[in-house]
Amino acid sequence: MTYLGDVAALARTSLLLELRSRDTVPALLLFVVSALVVFRFALPADASDLAAIGLLWIAVVFTAILALTRAFVAEREGRVLDGLVLTPCDRSAIWLGKALGVLAFLLVAEAIALPAFGLFFAPVDGATVAAFLLADLGIAAVGTLLAAIAAVSRARELLLPLLFLPLVIPVVVGGVGASVEPDPGRYLAFLGLYDGIFAILAWATFEYVVTE
Amino acid sequence: MIRARGLERRFGETRALAGLDLDVPRGGFLSVAGPNGSGKSTLLALLAGLLAPTRGSLEVDADRAEIGYLAHEGLVYRELTAFENLELYGRLYRVPERRERIGMLLERHGLWDVRHRRVSAFSRGMAQRLALCRTLLHDPRLLLLDEPYSALDDAGARLLDAHLAELAGERTLVVATHDPARLRPLASAELVLA
Amino acid sequence: MLLLVGIALAFYWVPMAPLEGFRQRIFYIHVPVALTAYACFGWGAWKGLRLLSTREMRYDLESYTAVHIGTIFGILTLVTGSIWARTSWGVWWSWGERQLVLFLVLFLFYSAYFMLRYSVDPGPRRANMSAVYALFGVVLIPISFLAIRLAEDLIHPVVFDRNVGTNLAGSQLVTFVVCLAGMLVLAAALYLNELTGKRVDARLRELKESLA
Repeated sequence: MTYLGDVAALARTSLLLELRSRDTVPALLLFVVSALVVFRFALPADASDLAAIGLLWIAVVFTAILALTRAFVAEREGRVLDGLVLTPCDRSAIWLGKALGVLAFLLVAEAIALPAFGLFFAPVDGATVAAFLLADLGIAAVGTLLAAIAAVSRARELLLPLLFLPLVIPVVVGGVGASVEPDPGRYLAFLGLYDGIFAILAWATFEYVVTE
Repeated sequence: MIRARGLERRFGETRALAGLDLDVPRGGFLSVAGPNGSGKSTLLALLAGLLAPTRGSLEVDADRAEIGYLAHEGLVYRELTAFENLELYGRLYRVPERRERIGMLLERHGLWDVRHRRVSAFSRGMAQRLALCRTLLHDPRLLLLDEPYSALDDAGARLLDAHLAELAGERTLVVATHDPARLRPLASAELVLA
Repeated sequence: MLLLVGIALAFYWVPMAPLEGFRQRIFYIHVPVALTAYACFGWGAWKGLRLLSTREMRYDLESYTAVHIGTIFGILTLVTGSIWARTSWGVWWSWGERQLVLFLVLFLFYSAYFMLRYSVDPGPRRANMSAVYALFGVVLIPISFLAIRLAEDLIHPVVFDRNVGTNLAGSQLVTFVVCLAGMLVLAAALYLNELTGKRVDARLRELKESLA
């Protein structure tokens, strides 16, 4: 199917751009670890590991925000987004390709953050990993669309966090819940619900965000 | 092919285009001249479908696959190579025999040897030539070129003259330019914006 | 227009007389205000949807006005809710109070909506983006509600009893419904008022231009 072929080509491009930005990706990965270290010092000595898990989620969410702020930078210079929009491909494919790139980045960030967390605090369990995987889908889906909106605006670095944070609150609730509660099922299901609903919404509305 | 009546576009409070009537027949060649800020780029963006008119009507008898748009900014990824850029667009435009066409265009514009170099390492003239390749890649029926001669040296400009001579009559063209005299021999109509 | 506003006010002040204490009275304002806010956001999202499907700019104004009025009612919800919390439990804020927390999230979300509108130049692009964001908002309402319900177990092991249940006595129910109707009418009056005002402004500007 041409649609999937388009998505593959765009996702490939997205990944290539991320790999080639020699300063951005390592910096962001370093950021997530630095944040964890800061949090270690920010917590009182006798704080529970549960409180620490909350801070792990915050570290990942804020790293995601930084990554999303840069998501459409390459498309902005040279007005590439206009070029892509003018092709016969479905505009939602642009969203999907870019979101897959963001997702890949989040997975790498977590591959570093979670073991680091395990080292600094306590090891994470399977439910936590599952929660992060599910959360990544939602963050990538919603974040990519919002990044496209913010890219057009004047105060883009500030606007993206403002638009994104209210929408990510349910993700944090679901994620932290699944990480600390003895019965993570409900929270994981909720994350799945969030992902499904918002991914469909983002997929359907991206077209309108990039055209007139 | 193109028909506009009372075309108007504003950005917030400013009016970039006001009450424009336009007719471009199939195979026509319209040169658009005017000082900076007169709305040439806005007009081309409207014709391409990137902008919607604020008022008036605009009919363009070509869909996305048949329009080739050249903007001042180039529309290519700076951190990808020339080849990668054309590969991507070739795929998205469903260009048949993609590799051959890319090779042919790169060669014709003198970019074959640097095809694996990133655009960020290109000179302004080379980037402009690549942008031209991108525009012509899918052999569009309608070409909208926004100041295609900018940044081109003599060799590049002569190459573009040859291209335009080939395309005139076969394809429909709307070209915005600072130098309408250069296009006069080819143009079937001239529009001057204030 | 003013007449409508007057009637609405008269409507919900009249039942104030036979009520028990101040505590309960706030409830008759707080919940209708909240429900009216939801209605406004829903209306804004609906108008946004109309904009996206027809691309007619008038829907942008209608959507924006609805969201604006909704936000005002949202702020009122937070204020009245805070007063209610104060009179019921002696605190100005309570994380256990679901409506309150939900409205906090929504307040953040819709404030970002206005930030979005200020950061993008007026035009079809801004209209599209606002409409899409309004749609996200309306989907966020139920999702946030679910999230907050899940979060209660995380933040407050003690579940707050909703001392005002759904089983209202006859006269109380009537009062409530009347208040709700009055509130909705008030919102509608404000909406139409603001909309007309903005349309007149726009028409005036057009006339000034055609004369120039």
